[in-house]
Amino acid sequence: MRFLKSNAGGLALVAALIAFPFVLSLLTGEALNTGTPKFWQGMLAQVFILGVYALSYDLLMGVTGVLSFGHAMFFGAGAYTAGILLKYAHWGLLPVIAAVIVVTLVQSLLVGALSLRVKGVYYAMVTLAFAQMFFILAEASDFREYTGAEDGLQGIPVPAWLSPTHERLTFYFVSLAFCVCVYLIVRRIVSSPTGRVLVAIRDNEQRAQTVGFNTFAFKLIAMALSGVLAGLAGMMSALWNLSANAGMLSTGTTINALLMVIIGGAGTLSGSLLGAGFLQLVGYWLNDAFGPRWPLLFGLVYIVIVLFLPYGIIGTWRARRRQG
Amino acid sequence: MQEVVLETRGLVKAFGGFRAVDGVDLRVEQGELRSIIGPNGAGKTTLFNCISATLKPTAGQVIYRGSDITGLPLRRIAHLGIGRAFQITNVFPSLSALENVRLAAQALGGDSFRFWVPATRLHGYIDKAMACLATVGLEGRAAFPAAALSHGDKRKLEIAILLAGDPRLLLLDEPAAGMATEQVPELMKTIAELRRSGERTLLLVEHNVNLVMAISDRITVMHQGRVLAEGTPAEIKASEAVQNAYLGTS
Ligand SMILES: Nc1ncnc2c1ncn2[C@@H]1O[C@H](COP(=O)(O)OP(=O)(O)OP(=O)(O)O)[C@@H](O)[C@H]1O
Ligand SMILES: [Mg+2]
Repeated sequence: MRFLKSNAGGLALVAALIAFPFVLSLLTGEALNTGTPKFWQGMLAQVFILGVYALSYDLLMGVTGVLSFGHAMFFGAGAYTAGILLKYAHWGLLPVIAAVIVVTLVQSLLVGALSLRVKGVYYAMVTLAFAQMFFILAEASDFREYTGAEDGLQGIPVPAWLSPTHERLTFYFVSLAFCVCVYLIVRRIVSSPTGRVLVAIRDNEQRAQTVGFNTFAFKLIAMALSGVLAGLAGMMSALWNLSANAGMLSTGTTINALLMVIIGGAGTLSGSLLGAGFLQLVGYWLNDAFGPRWPLLFGLVYIVIVLFLPYGIIGTWRARRRQG
Repeated sequence: MQEVVLETRGLVKAFGGFRAVDGVDLRVEQGELRSIIGPNGAGKTTLFNCISATLKPTAGQVIYRGSDITGLPLRRIAHLGIGRAFQITNVFPSLSALENVRLAAQALGGDSFRFWVPATRLHGYIDKAMACLATVGLEGRAAFPAAALSHGDKRKLEIAILLAGDPRLLLLDEPAAGMATEQVPELMKTIAELRRSGERTLLLVEHNVNLVMAISDRITVMHQGRVLAEGTPAEIKASEAVQNAYLGTS
């Protein structure tokens, strides 16, 4: 009961999102699996996937205060792992999910163990270098057989029941459930003893050490969690696109995470989801109206947001409410 | 003779060519309230930094309860029972006063790697944190973000954080720094009571010589990185060297 009461807004939103495809179908008079309803289910499914990716970044950057320039490497690793195993090893979806978790866990622990030795900008640079390494690996012609090199990994076979093309509504609900679950998990982690230490590290790492925390270990945990969640988001993205490409591992993909988190409000969790919606939908409308020059305009929108909402949409809203 | 809790041997901390701490030998006994006084820049904070592993000494040793703790990583110090309150307020600004103290209590428990239980459900740490807040008179401010506390309350929060770590050796660096004058005697009384009849050993840096004289067992006077004099408050008051270098000027 308490859960229902204190989460009324979130529950209402989820209920609205569940009803959304049906309402849209009624309004437009088009069938669920065609035209406008189908298009918008896809649009929002991408928001949910991006939302998880943004959440994973918020856990590291917003909650723990660790700025990474290489987050895309986990997103991409999840996408390629899923794609290769589905296409060439013909694994089922559940083992693929398990594999994505294991691969990105090992990857984030290794990268973290090496890069967390340094702090601040140096850490950011080391993670950038690692991400570049994976990017080059994905584009290398040596592994064309598996990765498709610069063409990308095309034609990933998605189980028929989840096909984003034919079973769009199912894909929509699966993405929604995925996003809601990850959000609840991350929120629970942040309120746990471990999560509180992560927030303390963001606030004042040296003080956290003085009271007796091994902050390195906690930052490694944050990296592992955030790496695995980004990997799962990457896997979902590969399923949606039926492909994976090196662009998923690029700096641009990391920058997107940064943009979504900052627009929504770093450390707020729900802000990441809002930021994902913002990036996806505003990006879509700008592209519609101005064509391929849209990132330029999005940059302007971003600057306006940062200037007038210094803590992001949710962050600034919370700060105002606390004051007034 | 009482057990020696803390000893420094030939402790040196140099910043470039400048020796902020220049060969300090200190022996502090169990249950003692030792004050360290000295003019600005004498090296008091730097000495604390070396003892509490915030800085690595350039030379010399820090011996705590018979074992050499020189150069230990910062995070190990609290687990040995050494607590530190900083001269410049050093808290978790966005967290509530309660959460600041609760984390210090949690740091010494075994629950920090549990990520599937809400921290609010581990009542032990919360009760302990509330007790520490009450000791310094901050229980009414528990829910305030640390950043929103008044300067005096932040100073008290420093001490509450320190207490939550169950320290047996307490390093207090000018706990009353910047506090309203009328609040200071009250705080000093609280600090003197922290000794709990010999269980805890206190090291206190404080500029107000009269207060220091009233509550200390022994006083160490530092000047330009060195120990200028050491003794009971009466001895220090009578010392000519101290009069010339320090007390005379204040
Ligand atoms: N990190 C540092 N780098 C360079 N010099 C430093 C550093 N820390 C302290 N010093 C210098 O070392 C000397 C001793 O400083 P310290 O802070 O230990 O003095 P203090 O006795 O605590 O003084 P106060 O009473 O003002 O707090 C000062 O001259 C200071 O400028
Ligand atoms: Mg000082």
